[in-house]
Amino acid sequence: MAPFWWRRSKKTAKERLRLILIHDRMELTPAKMEELKKDLRDVLQKHLDVKTEEFEISVSRKRDSMALEADIPLKDSR
Amino acid sequence: MGKAIVITSGKGGVGKTTTTANIGMALAILGRSVVLVDADIGLRNLDVVMGLENRIVYDVVDVVEERCRIDQALIKDKRHRNLLLLPAAQTRDKSALKQEQVKDLIQELREEFDYILIDSPAGIEQGFKNAIVGAQEAVIVTTPEVSAVRDADRIIGMLEAGGLKDPRVIINRIRQDMVRRGDMMDIDDMIEILAIDLLGIVPDDEDIIVSTNKGEPIVLNSKSRTGEAFRNIARRIEGEDLPLMNTGREKFVQRIKRMIGIS
Repeated sequence: MAPFWWRRSKKTAKERLRLILIHDRMELTPAKMEELKKDLRDVLQKHLDVKTEEFEISVSRKRDSMALEADIPLKDSR
Repeated sequence: MGKAIVITSGKGGVGKTTTTANIGMALAILGRSVVLVDADIGLRNLDVVMGLENRIVYDVVDVVEERCRIDQALIKDKRHRNLLLLPAAQTRDKSALKQEQVKDLIQELREEFDYILIDSPAGIEQGFKNAIVGAQEAVIVTTPEVSAVRDADRIIGMLEAGGLKDPRVIINRIRQDMVRRGDMMDIDDMIEILAIDLLGIVPDDEDIIVSTNKGEPIVLNSKSRTGEAFRNIARRIEGEDLPLMNTGREKFVQRIKRMIGIS
């Protein structure tokens, strides 16, 4: 059996499960997520100078509800 | 009027049939009249777990297709006469039953029995829909694994869409040694993730295999802790408020071994 510092796979299980369920519940497939990301990026790009290659979105749970989070790094304007 | 409860899970192999057999037997021991309905058409198994496979003459499809009366198809348990089984057909498939027919059948059984436990097939297709159509309550069986919990979550949504609000969950095959060393999700983790009421927890137990080998549900063994877990579940179904079972105290030597990382 593996020594104790290698184990603790429960945490991994919980984190993976949480993410899987968020996507299942919203019926948000990775493909749909990618499409949404692209659309959002295009809209933002119209108004702001977004570092497109670093733009990321993700879904997470905030207490009782879901939240879509976006990380939108902007290009330095100076 | 009796209560029809569907036992379901989404994922196969988590212990639905064993759970159905044991809760049914436990309710019968408590003096209730119980009928177990095997809704897994084509993959009949509840009869084997109950040890009643040699007594089958007619099955549920014969009943809905009117080749026999209900009482001709019902098999009396050899240990408790107030426990009966309505077996699934083995040579037909899920399309042999229509939702309307099942609904009427369950309604008829509710007039005769205190409890109707419906053992659902795995999956989310027609067989599952047939199994839930006549039920007033639902019990979801799952195990502490990512795949089983994921499917349970999906089933909760489908039950609610089918009008079965507030299903309760049984967490089967908990291994306290693995929970303790952080290699298995514990009860709190799973309840939090699923956001659902807990009906009971059942420890993982080799004796379940022995009891299935013999065709004797483990609740019949008064010394078994797993049997006790099922007896407690039956009492909760009856409305008793029981604390959760301690699934095994850790021995001192075990604890030391765990602390130094050799167990």
